[in-house]
Amino acid sequence: MRALAVILSVLLFGAARLPMERALSQTHRDLHFRAVDFNRDLREQLGQLGFVAALSGFRSLVADALFLQAHVAWERTEWGRVLFLFRQVTTLQPRAVLFWDMAAWHMAWNASTAAMNDPSQRRLALRTKAAREYLELGKDFLERGIKNNPDRPELYEALARLYRDKYEDHEHAAEFFTKAAALPGGHRYTRRFAAYELAQCAGRERDAYAELRTLYDSGEQERLPTLLRHLKELEIKLDILPDQRIPD
Amino acid sequence: MPMSDFRHRAFSFSRMTAIAGNTFTGLTRLKIFYVLLLFALLLIGCSVFMARMTFQQEFQVLKDIALGAMSIFTSLLAVIATARLLPQDIEDRTAYTVLAKPVSRFEYLAGKLLGVLLLLALSLLAMTALFFAVLMLREQSVINETARQMAAAPVEQSAEALRLVHTTAFNVNLFSGIAVIYAKACLLAALTLFISTFATTTIFTTIVMAFVYFIGHLQPIAREYWLQTNSAGIFTRTFLALVALVFPDLQLFNLTDDVVAGNAIPVALLLKTIAMGLFYCSVYLALAWTVFFRKEL
Repeated sequence: MRALAVILSVLLFGAARLPMERALSQTHRDLHFRAVDFNRDLREQLGQLGFVAALSGFRSLVADALFLQAHVAWERTEWGRVLFLFRQVTTLQPRAVLFWDMAAWHMAWNASTAAMNDPSQRRLALRTKAAREYLELGKDFLERGIKNNPDRPELYEALARLYRDKYEDHEHAAEFFTKAAALPGGHRYTRRFAAYELAQCAGRERDAYAELRTLYDSGEQERLPTLLRHLKELEIKLDILPDQRIPD
Repeated sequence: MPMSDFRHRAFSFSRMTAIAGNTFTGLTRLKIFYVLLLFALLLIGCSVFMARMTFQQEFQVLKDIALGAMSIFTSLLAVIATARLLPQDIEDRTAYTVLAKPVSRFEYLAGKLLGVLLLLALSLLAMTALFFAVLMLREQSVINETARQMAAAPVEQSAEALRLVHTTAFNVNLFSGIAVIYAKACLLAALTLFISTFATTTIFTTIVMAFVYFIGHLQPIAREYWLQTNSAGIFTRTFLALVALVFPDLQLFNLTDDVVAGNAIPVALLLKTIAMGLFYCSVYLALAWTVFFRKEL
């Protein structure tokens, strides 16, 4: 009889806490805390032990172990393995901005440069193709990272740098620097960088000038050599009246 | 002395704390704190290996490993220390001596649980201190290195770089993560106590708790599937409902992954999680008392 009472109590307690647990789970989801998709692909990638560990509350530890393996693979320049491991790491810890950033950096900067300078491949066209594929992989990591962390400025900044330095796409670079600057925690220089990029976009000179001038007027700390150079160039290009120009 | 002074009270806080103190002393004699030595070795070993990385990577991995290890060690400690309490007391006949005195069974159980919770608090406190010490040492070393590298840079840039090092190393949310680890360990201790009231051996309790631990982490998947899927058969749905109703949702207490990732834990969420942990503890203690109340000793 007592056993029955205890079993019933356990079930009643379960029924009482269920709405509270659901509400808390919903809060976790709203805050993007449960962004991991535990599917068959991940199971195959992690192996049985890793998958069970990840499911049992040691997700970050498994991700770290894989990250350390990726670090070693990078030191050995095993790019395929670096990619494979970083895919797992970012799947397990989609809210860790550092992992997305590192994965993108390895692909877009290190692996693409290594592919471009690959001594085993004589044909330039094939080396260029491989390098561009790694660039795309890097961009993909950053885009997926942003999707998972829309509130963090670091990845917008990294994507802007990728567009600026690797694709020389100033329009997109300006767009992502602007987005990074608008988010809480964004570095002050990202707004400046956005204006520099805008200054190099054909047809956007007037927007760039307005932004650079606002920065210039905001105080001495923004009047850096690059900003002054861009302003001067735009003043000439846009034929700004002499009395409206900044002093030499 | 008037007779009324000797009147027995149904519940006495001092009796409970006396049992708690005794339990705590007994547990500390088991050399449980050697776990801390392992923790220290793990942290120091990691920091030596991670010196090869950038400071962002190093701090991220260090925090991950430290919080993960804290979670594992406190959970293990909670289960292993609690599982042996009642069987040991019955075997040593301490339980008979204590319960023969005017001590209620509830006081006895609550005292035992409180003793374990004290032990867990002290262990976690020691691990936290150790973790912060290692983190501070590494932070100081990175700050010195950064200051040296930035010596020629403008003051503003140098200050920005040092601020970045500091914010990467320390994050006030680390305390939230540690608080939630403690709440989870308390829940596991209370549940272990409940199971040990009807278990026959320590090993049975430990094995059951190992299963509970894994199922507890999978429970939210079962719950969502049960509540959202209509295509499953009646048998599957009943089974999932039972899993969801019987096992605690341990995923609710897994905030450390997000803490280390640098995400802010809202105070309301932290308080709700801790309240949930307390709720679990109280109910499991009540259930343990229900079973232990008329148990033949």
